[in-house]
Amino acid sequence: MDEAFSAHSAIDEARPVRHSGGGPWLLAAFVLAALVVAPIAALVWIAFNPAENIWPHLFATVLGTYLSSTLLLMTGVGVSVVLIGTGTAWLVVSCRFPGRRVFEWALLLPLAVPAYVIAYTYTDLLEFAGPLQTGLRAIFGWETKRDYWFPDIRTMGGAIAMISLVLYPYVYAMARAAFLEQSVCVLEVSRTLGSTAWRAFFTVALPLARPAIVVGLTLALMETLNDFGTVDYFAVRTLTRGVFDTWFFMGNPGGAAQIALVMLVFVVGLIWIERSSRARQRFHHTSSHVRALPGYQLTGAKRAGAVLACALPILLGFVVPASVLGYYAFEYFEQSWTADFLHYAENSLKLSLISAVATVAAAVLLGYAVRLNPGRGVRFASRLASVGYAIPGAVLAIGILIPAGALDNAIDAFSREQFGFPTGLLLSGTTTALVFAYMVRFMAISFGAVEAGLGKVTPNMDLAARALGHGPLATLRKVHLPLIRGSLLTAIVLVFVDTMKELPATLVLRPFNFQTLATYVYQYASDELLEQCALAALAIVAAGILPVIVLSRAISASRPGHRRSA
Amino acid sequence: MAQLKKLLFGLIGASMLAPAANAAEEVNVYSYRQEFLVKPLFDAFTKETGIKVNVVFSDKGLIERVQAEGDNSPADLIFTVDIGKLNDAVDAGVTQPVTSPTLEKNIPANFRHPDGLWYGMTTRARIIYASKDRVKPGEITSYEDLADPKWKGRLCTRSGKHVYNVALIASMIAHHGKDEAEAWLSKVKDNLARKPQGNDRAQVKAIKEGECDIAVGNHYYYGKMLHDEKQKPWADSVYLVFPNQENRGTHVNISGVSMTKSAPNKANALKLMEFLSGAGQTLYAEQNFEYPVNPTVEWLPEVKSWGEFKSDTLSLAEVAELRKEAIMMVDRVGYND
Repeated sequence: MDEAFSAHSAIDEARPVRHSGGGPWLLAAFVLAALVVAPIAALVWIAFNPAENIWPHLFATVLGTYLSSTLLLMTGVGVSVVLIGTGTAWLVVSCRFPGRRVFEWALLLPLAVPAYVIAYTYTDLLEFAGPLQTGLRAIFGWETKRDYWFPDIRTMGGAIAMISLVLYPYVYAMARAAFLEQSVCVLEVSRTLGSTAWRAFFTVALPLARPAIVVGLTLALMETLNDFGTVDYFAVRTLTRGVFDTWFFMGNPGGAAQIALVMLVFVVGLIWIERSSRARQRFHHTSSHVRALPGYQLTGAKRAGAVLACALPILLGFVVPASVLGYYAFEYFEQSWTADFLHYAENSLKLSLISAVATVAAAVLLGYAVRLNPGRGVRFASRLASVGYAIPGAVLAIGILIPAGALDNAIDAFSREQFGFPTGLLLSGTTTALVFAYMVRFMAISFGAVEAGLGKVTPNMDLAARALGHGPLATLRKVHLPLIRGSLLTAIVLVFVDTMKELPATLVLRPFNFQTLATYVYQYASDELLEQCALAALAIVAAGILPVIVLSRAISASRPGHRRSA
Repeated sequence: MAQLKKLLFGLIGASMLAPAANAAEEVNVYSYRQEFLVKPLFDAFTKETGIKVNVVFSDKGLIERVQAEGDNSPADLIFTVDIGKLNDAVDAGVTQPVTSPTLEKNIPANFRHPDGLWYGMTTRARIIYASKDRVKPGEITSYEDLADPKWKGRLCTRSGKHVYNVALIASMIAHHGKDEAEAWLSKVKDNLARKPQGNDRAQVKAIKEGECDIAVGNHYYYGKMLHDEKQKPWADSVYLVFPNQENRGTHVNISGVSMTKSAPNKANALKLMEFLSGAGQTLYAEQNFEYPVNPTVEWLPEVKSWGEFKSDTLSLAEVAELRKEAIMMVDRVGYND
């Protein structure tokens, strides 16, 4: 896999492929990118029209706190997800220890747990009134909070832990795929030259996997930045807090949009720093020697350590929250089970499936257009189309409302004038608008995966196919799509799971009387009544499990020489 | 593959269906209140009138949605839980004045906009919850008392920026002026037992567990907790103090309704508003243990048993005006840090 926003190495090589016939692709890509970027453009436009200058007040009061907590949160989550994700990925790919084949897919499970749900379940378990502390007090005879010390979950540390536990799978998925792809030769050469296993990892495997790890890290950080539910619940004041205060309490959308754009600068800055630090490096395999990796047989303490290292994230990120939900679902079954429940589940599944396919199709169009016409313009447009992921969902939703409403009203006005009948709102308040919102939001995920997949296909393939008389479309269909189906499936599954969990945009943009599992859960969760809707929350998690297992198998299968051996 | 394609196209086709076309009699509501709270009211209304009520619930962005949808917006009514949101809707220019003898008869003047741009439907009191074990009756009687240093490390509240606290702080500014209110807020902050977090219920829970002795919260949570098996012990550990009975009265907020400027089903929307201000009052108030705005409607006996009280008659429009100042004050004293 290559990096989401800078697959320049692959593209440089693809450059000689430039053919006639890419024009329509380029046009289509620009139109698509313009559509996806429109909501962000709307936010920029709002930012230029603030009700008043918000910055003097922010500078004088809370900006310092917001900035430092945002940086701390992102650093904490960044370090944690890289350590957990890369460490476990390397263990399951390169070592042999009991349970490895289960860990391979189970490590992806926490991805299915929405961050606000994990935050809620842990708070219930660990807070002063929760079962753990109550039990400790009963055992040791403590009475009040002053009698003993217990770590507070509703803190920065708690927020970092919760967010990291559900986001590390992005890094894990990407790193594992990268490790699996690595030619066994480079590792063997390094071992032959006298490297220890550790040195081979740090000097060979890790640098080769770096672009992939960065893709995962970028996704995790963007998601951290757009999170509001968890940080709000944990009373951690990040810039997102500032966006919401300014918009919804101070009635200053312009000021809020300015803060949201400052947050984007954070992400773009990070990506830029990473890119420039390896500007002249190239990551290509010179050998296609891909037989199964040998695997270090672990024994004794190392074996136990490996099992523990893999089991812990699954236990904390999935088993514990799912068990708490399961317990509530059982206890409150009567309140949880409604006749409409299956209907909500159906809505969620349909929306997620359609959005996943549509988003990935759009990403293929963008990615392939870049491959056919690797100019600066289209590359820039395609990257710009990916920034929606870093904007808080509710803010992005409002960014979508504006162009959608403008388009609807323009069509209506035109139709009234030309044909004398009103069309009303064709897009606003429909599920189509929701699918569009998910596409804007999750383009980063699918485009990253597609671009990386295409980057692996050697340009000689394009040349051969085109020399044999195929047009660009036929080449894509017969050559590229089959070759990158692993990446496509990864992207479809990630967008599917994310759409199942998506809340803020769904809330604001949905049609009348329309519930998904996530919106149904939220109306209770927002009143701290998660018990009453635990069944639905559990269903969101369960619906994520199957795709996650499919994803794991697809990644394994993506490596031709990889055989599933224990 | 062909089957998969068929399935996908089928699904996409199904998703393209426009929202319920203007069928028979209906009225469309954008609600900042949770759906499970308003649904029973709408069901009762539909039963009585045959008019269908369509709802979108979201706790953010609905006013912006009406604005973006413009003249073609399908929304007839906006339901909110705080005076601030009603004010936002008016400021955004998406509401229209409604005049109705029924509404004016049912709803006292201080609970509706002078031009009929919004109407309050229920009121809720911002009260003080006090520990039965650790706070003697009469030990705290007013919002001003919250600043008394004797409560140091004994007070819990939710975020200072939550709309309910913002409205309370705004009312303090209205009564005492900016400087005095800021000094008060700063002292209240010094009394906090922990960083503001959780909702109002969570503060009462903290009293039960001994983390703090007094808390600020809306009155209806008391009823909600009493009727939840798990939360009943929390409610049982506290008693309610309706502050400032010797002077201006307890601060109250409202939940209310605005009609949108573009309302396509104006007549039905008005019917729903009138229903809620009259026959629907009891049900509306019962749903959440709130107080009916209509003075002729009896309080729920259970709610009555918690105490009758004098409420602050300060105009809510003034509270809404001071909201921004209140938020900035929260930032200045670092209330949430």
